[in-house]
Amino acid sequence: MAKTLAEKVWEAHVVRRAAGEPDLLYIDLHLVHEVTSPQAFDGLRASGRSVRRPDLTLATEDHNVPTIDILKPIADPISRAQVDALRQNCAEFGVPIYSLGNIEQGIVHVVGPQLGLTQPGMTVVCGDSHTSTHGAFGALAFGIGTSEVEHVLATQTLPLKPFKTMAINVDGELPVGVSAKDVTLAVIAKIGTGGGQGYVLEYKGSAIRGLSMEGRMTVCNMSIEAGARAGMIAPDDTTFEYLKGRDRAPKGADWDAAVAYWSTLPSDADAKYDAEIFIDATTLSPFVTWGTNPGQGLPLSGSVPSPADATDEVDRVAIERALEYMGLTAGMPLRDIKVDIVFVGSCTNGRIEDLRSVAEVLKGRKVDSKVRMLVVPGSVRVKNQAEEEGLDVIIKESGAEWREAGCSMCLAMNPDKLAPGERSASTSNRNFEGRQGPGGRTHLVSPAVAAATAITGHLAAPADL
Amino acid sequence: MEKFVTHTGTAAPLRRSNVDTDQIIPAEYLKRITRHGFEDGLFAAWRKDPEFVLNQPAYAGVSILIAGPDFGTGSSREHAVWALQDYGFKVVLSSRFADIFRGNSGKGGLLTAMLEQADIEKLWALVEADPSTLVTVDLDKREVRAGEITAVFEVDDYVRWRLMEGLDDIGITLNQGDAINEFEAKRPVFLPTTA
Repeated sequence: MAKTLAEKVWEAHVVRRAAGEPDLLYIDLHLVHEVTSPQAFDGLRASGRSVRRPDLTLATEDHNVPTIDILKPIADPISRAQVDALRQNCAEFGVPIYSLGNIEQGIVHVVGPQLGLTQPGMTVVCGDSHTSTHGAFGALAFGIGTSEVEHVLATQTLPLKPFKTMAINVDGELPVGVSAKDVTLAVIAKIGTGGGQGYVLEYKGSAIRGLSMEGRMTVCNMSIEAGARAGMIAPDDTTFEYLKGRDRAPKGADWDAAVAYWSTLPSDADAKYDAEIFIDATTLSPFVTWGTNPGQGLPLSGSVPSPADATDEVDRVAIERALEYMGLTAGMPLRDIKVDIVFVGSCTNGRIEDLRSVAEVLKGRKVDSKVRMLVVPGSVRVKNQAEEEGLDVIIKESGAEWREAGCSMCLAMNPDKLAPGERSASTSNRNFEGRQGPGGRTHLVSPAVAAATAITGHLAAPADL
Repeated sequence: MEKFVTHTGTAAPLRRSNVDTDQIIPAEYLKRITRHGFEDGLFAAWRKDPEFVLNQPAYAGVSILIAGPDFGTGSSREHAVWALQDYGFKVVLSSRFADIFRGNSGKGGLLTAMLEQADIEKLWALVEADPSTLVTVDLDKREVRAGEITAVFEVDDYVRWRLMEGLDDIGITLNQGDAINEFEAKRPVFLPTTA
């Protein structure tokens, strides 16, 4: 029977199947960070269990870490306790860890791919919803809760009910200035924050094929913002080229065997999806959010919507609340929205290509005097590469701050956050109330829009400069 | 884990859609390394508003939350489930839940019962008119009963069985050790390790 990519990966990992029960699925790679793991390790300790496969488990420190003065002890005692707990747990259970100061440290979803640990056809989990990022390689990758983290640590498996599949076809050539981030924001605005519920999304079509691995990771990363557990893209030559030669990628005869297997993974031509949507890439333009969930987005050329435009009562109340929280008036052109902070970084847009796109816009220009701009690489290796390419010089000369690797202002768990009432243009993934700091207001944007916004002081695209 | 068969208690109406886990418990409360004591973080931002439903004396001691659609979206933090449980909630009713939140709830013993939005609206009206209304959630019959209302709800069969038996997932899986060993022996050699 014809199968989709997701179904092939699923079937290859079934350890046990019994009627009326979830499938027991084997997990090839388990990524761990300090926030969602302490209670899981505690659970193991309480029941006298060990980590079954420490050699398929990897920990990094990212959510809590500061992005300046990283070699000093973490100032916030609670953050420090959480990072310390991770270090102790990893030592006790034999789990490899990349701590602050290690060249491999960084955001968990940047580190896995750059090491070559994330490969096509694998199952990848992490106690973090943005694990969907790894689907860019044709892996089945999804976020799990702390109980499931404990389950995977103890058994290297998870009991799971099969997901439904949805094909997201994005065909045609992306117009100049339209990036992977704009594609994903447009997809979420189209299907809604609940539209992907219960589905694995498979992104297909010529516009997706044309994306780099970095761009594909951005698209898969935000699948969760459409409610989907996972997003996937079939592996192809772009994937293989990215992987070849990376530290943990197969070598020699193993490489050939791996590529032969990976080449069997793309969905069969006659495979059936439970749902399918179509987007014409040629109609897309730079996209920004105006509200308090990632589905509340519009093309930058648009205006803030009115509660009167709502299709039902639930939607009307949601728009009203969002406008109140965001301090916006219906009908206001999105380009007139002034920002205080611009944040570039996160597991969505903290990779080298994102920093290149920012530097290209900033080059020879100055950040508006009323705007503070933070540029935070997703990993130490990304930072080092950017410095080799001289991107840090361009970024600093424009007046922006150049930081160390971490989750930073994406989620207000470390010193980088918005003050109440402050407004940001952010390349991160969530514009929820208070996400970047209590009372903070977030507009999600692409790296290029972030840079243009920093220069003009209001939401803008490079074409506006 | 405690067995869950039926539960009767008072209920709070939460007339909001898309309640994400950042609203259920903001990130600043996630730094703790314990499993309990998250009740102070539940809906922390909203609880600063004296008008917020959980701040109204009439809704003190509620154990059932009647939420709008798309409850629990966003971050995978299981702390959202713990915060609801630590506050005293046993059940959340909604017409649609986010997947990860729902999975986490099942593991932790918090029942997420999925009802038609029309039934949610009726229950909202009922508990708003009389906050002391007792609501019964019957997992055995998959029914919510309150006043004149009887509404059926949807819950995954396996989750229902586990909740009713009070079973721990890891214990169940560890009984499959042979199947796991057998699978591991056949994994392709080119797969990476972290060691």
